Amino acid sequence: MRTDQAGIWLYAVADRLPAFRLAGLTGIRDVPLRALDAGRLTAVASDVQLSEFGEAALRRNLEDLDWLEGVARAHHRVVEALAERAPVVPMRLATVYTSEAAVTGMLAERAADLAEALRRISSCQEWGVKTYADPRQRAQHEADAADRPAGDAPARSGVAYLQRRRRELSEQRDSRQELTDSADLVHARLCDLALDWRLHPPQAPQLTGSTVQMVLNATYLLDECQAANFAAAVAVLGQEQSCLRLDLTGPWPPYSFAEVGDGSR
Amino acid sequence: MSAEHVLSGPVIRERRPEIAGGTRHGAATARRPERIALVDLLDRVLAGGVVVAGEVTLSVAEVDMVTVSVRALVTSVSALAGPASGQLAEDL
Repeated sequence: MRTDQAGIWLYAVADRLPAFRLAGLTGIRDVPLRALDAGRLTAVASDVQLSEFGEAALRRNLEDLDWLEGVARAHHRVVEALAERAPVVPMRLATVYTSEAAVTGMLAERAADLAEALRRISSCQEWGVKTYADPRQRAQHEADAADRPAGDAPARSGVAYLQRRRRELSEQRDSRQELTDSADLVHARLCDLALDWRLHPPQAPQLTGSTVQMVLNATYLLDECQAANFAAAVAVLGQEQSCLRLDLTGPWPPYSFAEVGDGSR
Repeated sequence: MSAEHVLSGPVIRERRPEIAGGTRHGAATARRPERIALVDLLDRVLAGGVVVAGEVTLSVAEVDMVTVSVRALVTSVSALAGPASGQLAEDL
């Protein structure tokens, strides 16, 4: 019966993580974690039911936000706990195998790539910096515009309207350019402190629950001893760039920097 | 779908002090948020992480996970916020 079939969900790969170091940790649906070894590498996994995590079920369930949230948080909880114990390369969400042999086969086949990825992100953390247009700044612009006299022409004339409209459009262009320039400067400064960086697509206001426009959704790979300096730099840049609001998240396990071999993006 | 599971939903994030990242400048690390927004997490777990092929039940090549997640998010958010929310950040 299909519902009895077990799959193996992978969380991360580590450099030889002995099973006893997983004691007490559970994964998705509170199932205990297991260690699957091949050579120097250990894949950390837990069993899942294919009735819920098989191909057809995954296609359906991934579109259910409640389901997705529960699984994503459980996956993250494990990856984070592992990252506290040893350097790990996180696996992408929903990496499910149907046999132990397939997992160890993958470890053997990708051993060189995985070892290289482990070496690259060892003692590193990922920190996210979301850059928003500062709403106070926009409110100030609008207030300034409203206070200003309408121009030389009589206030209600078509000419006055056109003058005002032209000025508004020009100011919008200027302020958009200022936002872009400031965000570029912030990113360049932060890149100087980071080992690597990635840009995620800016999050839509509907997804963040904020009405404020996100200009840049960047994430940085840092040597963990640089984290405090980086956070301080973000604070300073946030004050210097008055048109922006910077939002720091982290530390994250280095999800965004875990590509291996041909998986380069 | 209820509103509370969305995106900035509060989830307490407990971390051990030793991995707080650089303890010399406590003030800087103290700004760390104590909860993770789902949207930040999905940015990473759906677009990051190692992609492997083989006998995976669902190859990521078959389904664009990011599209899936965005569709799931947008659908649910649209349902919450009403018809006006269909427009994404296209005016950026």
